[in-house]
Amino acid sequence: MNETENLKVLNINSSLYKTRLSKKFTTRKPYTPADKKSIQSFIPGTVLDILVKVGQEVRVGDDLMILDAMKMQNRLKSKSKGIIKTILVKKGNKVSKGTLLLKLK
Amino acid sequence: MPVNKKIRELQEKRKKILLGGGEQAIEKQKALGKRTARERIMALLDPNSFIEYDLFVEHDARDFDMDKKSLPSDGVIIGSGTIYGAPIAIFAQDFTVAGGSLGLMHSRKITKIMDHALKMMIPLIGINDSGGARIQEGVNSLAGYGEIFFRNTISSGIIPQISVILGPCAGGAVYSPALTDFVFVVDNISKMFITGPEVIKTVLGEEISMEDLGGARVHSEITGNAHFFAQSEEECFEQIKRLITFIPWNNTRKAKAFEPGEPKKTFDLEKIVPGDPTLPYDVKDVIRAIVDNSDFFEIMELYAKNMVIGFGRMGGKTTGFVANQPLEMAGVLDVDSADKAARFIRYCDSFNIPIITLVDIPGYLPGVDQEHAGVIRHGAKVLYAYSEATVPKLTVILRKAYGGGYIAMSSRHLRADFVFAWPTAEIAVMGPEGAANIIFRKEIMSSDDPESVRKQKVEEYKTKFANPYVAAARGYVDAVIEPKETRRFLLHAIEVSEHKAVKVLNKKHGLPPF
Repeated sequence: MNETENLKVLNINSSLYKTRLSKKFTTRKPYTPADKKSIQSFIPGTVLDILVKVGQEVRVGDDLMILDAMKMQNRLKSKSKGIIKTILVKKGNKVSKGTLLLKLK
Repeated sequence: MPVNKKIRELQEKRKKILLGGGEQAIEKQKALGKRTARERIMALLDPNSFIEYDLFVEHDARDFDMDKKSLPSDGVIIGSGTIYGAPIAIFAQDFTVAGGSLGLMHSRKITKIMDHALKMMIPLIGINDSGGARIQEGVNSLAGYGEIFFRNTISSGIIPQISVILGPCAGGAVYSPALTDFVFVVDNISKMFITGPEVIKTVLGEEISMEDLGGARVHSEITGNAHFFAQSEEECFEQIKRLITFIPWNNTRKAKAFEPGEPKKTFDLEKIVPGDPTLPYDVKDVIRAIVDNSDFFEIMELYAKNMVIGFGRMGGKTTGFVANQPLEMAGVLDVDSADKAARFIRYCDSFNIPIITLVDIPGYLPGVDQEHAGVIRHGAKVLYAYSEATVPKLTVILRKAYGGGYIAMSSRHLRADFVFAWPTAEIAVMGPEGAANIIFRKEIMSSDDPESVRKQKVEEYKTKFANPYVAAARGYVDAVIEPKETRRFLLHAIEVSEHKAVKVLNKKHGLPPF
């Protein structure tokens, strides 16, 4: 072990340990609570159809979009009730998992 | 026809087939820094020990003009030989023949050598270098993969299975290596993935190079799919040969014993480990201070570095080491390190290799990502693996053994056969700071000077509980020993447990928290 190395401090149960930190740990994504008003793609795919319009009222479980992914037409459902505020994608767009598709208010 | 003419005919036939995919394809292979399949076998096995089977096998596919194509040996070489005298069954895919693609006869050659290895109870080495399924052979190619996976599984824990990735290994093909004991990869040569960069780009628009997606480094550092990383094929073969010296031929035998040798004097146990439990050190130096000739063969060196695993010898006998590494992430248990340790413990148990566990663990890594990644299930693997293992289990507690980490790291309660602790050991429900904060919360909060009361309570707790003697008083620790006595106690323990016998209740199989 290199004595002159600049080690970091890690808190485990209130004890402060001098140690190296892994890349996986230092680059991990901090947790953010899920926002039910922001609808994200749950699977990578292509937007096949958009079933709602801006200003339209939706309830929990309403179909919002059809995503063509993994050789299936997947229906994207609303997780909360509200009014469609913005739609951020167009028909034919390719989206990766976690892409913000539309927002409710 | 006279005999000598018939012999010449055989020689001619052999010569033609031995050229594989022909000179052009061989040149291409070399340009990539790769050896041919036969060169690889020759480099890995003892000189002149290789006997090839099924040289003359050919495919009989008819669709897509395949009937007009001749593929020498159907793109895979199988046979047997030795490594340092140990018998080895081996196959090597030949990328120069139709990209090493797997058709029916190609797969039948592989399953033939797999059946052979299992019947003869000898280790199997597979060298993978293949573009994947031979599409022209359709479902027969899929059948071939399935037959291989099945054999990998039924042979698991009976004969050692080693996979060497020396080229592309994509799609379903990667599942054979994943089912084997050890996977070897070489920088810039090995590529493993389920869906390649092309597909990912078409479907998702994400661009990534083959190397960044599934290169040797990725699988050694991030995914944990590979166990040994080398810079060249040559280095890789040296690693394989070294591994072979540490493992038995099959699960009914023990690994070959070597002449014992003392560790180097340069590793002084009293100086390696600092007294302050929050200060780091390299636990590999502790292993080198204990093991024969200070010779430690590390496995998964680049993955989950907070847990160190590998082989060494104690009194000439192969021994598995599992150790917390305070130098990396304070030596915590987390999802990846639990996975790494558990699988290695099960390997040692399968192949009659005693396990020495060196404990210096502060606890589990806190974090949402850890909890959501299933640290409960992954952490449980360590408990399962140690509890299930019936090989001799020897534990040395160097410093911290707190809470769940204490239980998990081969404690008496999971049936460790010997538990030794250094005088620096702190065996307690948690670290003094954490414990004092909880137990004396009221006194600390209600004081006029909380900080000094807290410090005083931490000191009190340290003196009373942060030592090996509370656990020793209950017999959870068999002996509190001086660091310099460690090797002597361990050698004795290995000697005593040579014929350890444990009766295991009959069951089909357990349900480890995979």
